[in-house]
Amino acid sequence: MSEATLRIALVGNPNCGKTALFNQLTGARQKVANYAGVTVERKEGRFTAPSGRAIRLLDLPGAYSFESTSPDERITRDVLLGHYPGEAVPDMIVCVADATNLRLHLRFVLEVKRLGRPMVLALNMMDAARHRGIRIDVAELERQLGMPVVQTVAVRRGGARALVDLVDKGIPSLTPQPAAMDESADLHAEVRALLRATVTMPHASDKVVDAIDRWTLHPVIGPIILAAVMFLVFQAVYSLGKPMTDAIGDGFDSLSAIVGAGLPAGPLRGLICDGVLSGVGTVLGFLPEILVLFLFILLLEESGYLPRAAFLLDRLMVSVGLTGRSFIPLLSSFACAIPGIIGTRSITDPRDRWATILVAPLMTCSARLPVYALLIGAFIPTTKVWGLFNLQGLTLFALYMLGIVGAMVVGWVAKRLGRDQREHALLMELPAYRLPNARDVALGLWERGAIFLRRLTGVILALTVVMWFIATFPSPPVGATGPAIDYSFAGMLGRALQHVFEPLGFNWQITLSLIPAFAARETAVATLATVYAVGNNADVGTLGQVLTGHFSLASALSLMVWFAFAPQCMSTLAVIRRETGSWRKVVLSFSYMFIVAYVLAFATYHLAGALL
Amino acid sequence: MNLTDLPNGTHAVVRHVDDQYAADAIAQRLRDLGFVAGEPVRVVARAPWGGDPILIQVGSTRFALRRAEASRVVIEEPEHAHV
Repeated sequence: MSEATLRIALVGNPNCGKTALFNQLTGARQKVANYAGVTVERKEGRFTAPSGRAIRLLDLPGAYSFESTSPDERITRDVLLGHYPGEAVPDMIVCVADATNLRLHLRFVLEVKRLGRPMVLALNMMDAARHRGIRIDVAELERQLGMPVVQTVAVRRGGARALVDLVDKGIPSLTPQPAAMDESADLHAEVRALLRATVTMPHASDKVVDAIDRWTLHPVIGPIILAAVMFLVFQAVYSLGKPMTDAIGDGFDSLSAIVGAGLPAGPLRGLICDGVLSGVGTVLGFLPEILVLFLFILLLEESGYLPRAAFLLDRLMVSVGLTGRSFIPLLSSFACAIPGIIGTRSITDPRDRWATILVAPLMTCSARLPVYALLIGAFIPTTKVWGLFNLQGLTLFALYMLGIVGAMVVGWVAKRLGRDQREHALLMELPAYRLPNARDVALGLWERGAIFLRRLTGVILALTVVMWFIATFPSPPVGATGPAIDYSFAGMLGRALQHVFEPLGFNWQITLSLIPAFAARETAVATLATVYAVGNNADVGTLGQVLTGHFSLASALSLMVWFAFAPQCMSTLAVIRRETGSWRKVVLSFSYMFIVAYVLAFATYHLAGALL
Repeated sequence: MNLTDLPNGTHAVVRHVDDQYAADAIAQRLRDLGFVAGEPVRVVARAPWGGDPILIQVGSTRFALRRAEASRVVIEEPEHAHV
């Protein structure tokens, strides 16, 4: 047995720390956060125990019971029962339970125990339990459960040592008997008896949590706090990120000047200066904004505040055809719609889930941030409003709100069109608050930064080079009088498509930039930078300054509105296809966004043209 | 009386969960989550806009339940409950 790889599955109630344990054991960096339903997929990792035993570890979504109701819980049940395609029944189950919440978590432990498979229990969050004065008689619990019990603190380095030592011994000899005969026995009664015999708990709830909740869940003050938090995030993105963006932009301008001076004039200088440095450099400049946004999202996720926000907003979201549970997937869509759409698996109800997928791309993803930031920086003055807020920050906030309001309208319409009037449940657990772990937040930021840089040096760089190429070749014929770029492929392509987008106030350069934006939004910025750099032999300052010289405020506003609703990128469409299994839904979701974006950008252009 | 009738901060004890129709999955889930006879419960908070959903503490866990869900949980009158 010691020769073969031991296959172990981590199971337990949602938010008990399975993924934190998984990361601790395998050295992986799977996402952890403080709400139920972070892990919605089966994740796999490997590690070698001290004795040299190879272990394959499965991290499964949290489940409250095998009477599963949501797609993520079904995965867990199917893996444990051996019904999951391509996955054999694990050799051993590590059931994880939150030591501060045993009344709920032990019931699932008992339910898993009924399978009669080799298993051990990991009492996680032992630090928090001790802090709250909860005392657990582990030896007695072990005896009564008939399985080995270890204590862990998954978020602390070395906090899983006891578990490693235990699994290193191989399959425990103590294997619970399949308890088929007492199938009808009341698990809750069993849990109560266990708790009476093994656990002393001074208070049912944490006093600190109670005190914070009195404010955050207050019917009047709670929503005010929520609005203030969201507003602060978007203001911070702009006011903290902008100075760093400017610095990076200036840095690339000087770099481009130095490189340009050192290279002979010709295609190579053009490619490096106009293509790579000005295109990719402009996008890279927006990394600080993206990191600030992620910092706040990570802090909110770790703190345990997000399910509170979902609680406060549930009624409102139901009225627009969504559910409070949509809140967290929608919030993560501000980073990127893809994790948001995958995260909808924790939504039990198929109708609620589809409605959330439909509107998730309307949340302003971080790839759109460079586009907004560029246009706002160029066209919106830095006026102070009410002596407190920056007009640029307010514009950004308004664009985010535009997406949110749009999502509400779309949800409402979808609800009206739907005929499904069945009852839909909420039943959502609110976790205890937790101070965000600096290491987790730093790792999360690092991951996001790395993803951004990989995109930048991969798809964005490739597209930018392609865009530079078609903007440069073919060269104008001898004796041509107009600007060289007019004779290039880019010029021809842009002008050919321009008829479609002219009513929105887009010139051919903007129209052209919309094409690569379909692969990655940020590339719109890189393309504009490249096209204008190629077009202007005499370089005139930053891209922002160039843009103000080439199109009107009305066009800029129209372009921002277009991006607020524009059809999602290809990867999002692919994820919608995967998650819904339906091409019809992909087409539906793409076309409604195209129509809405077109109509609203058209209206904005003409309204702004008339008013401003 | 059921959970929706309970004022904020008041303790009570669960009597049972009502099936509102045959094979009521929501009632079953409530029982799985610990809403079973004899279990002490407390209303922690009510959401704005009509007090829906409500936040219930059962054991040491807090669940947000919509009124329709909470109304399935039948409780003992608080004055008879010994918590």
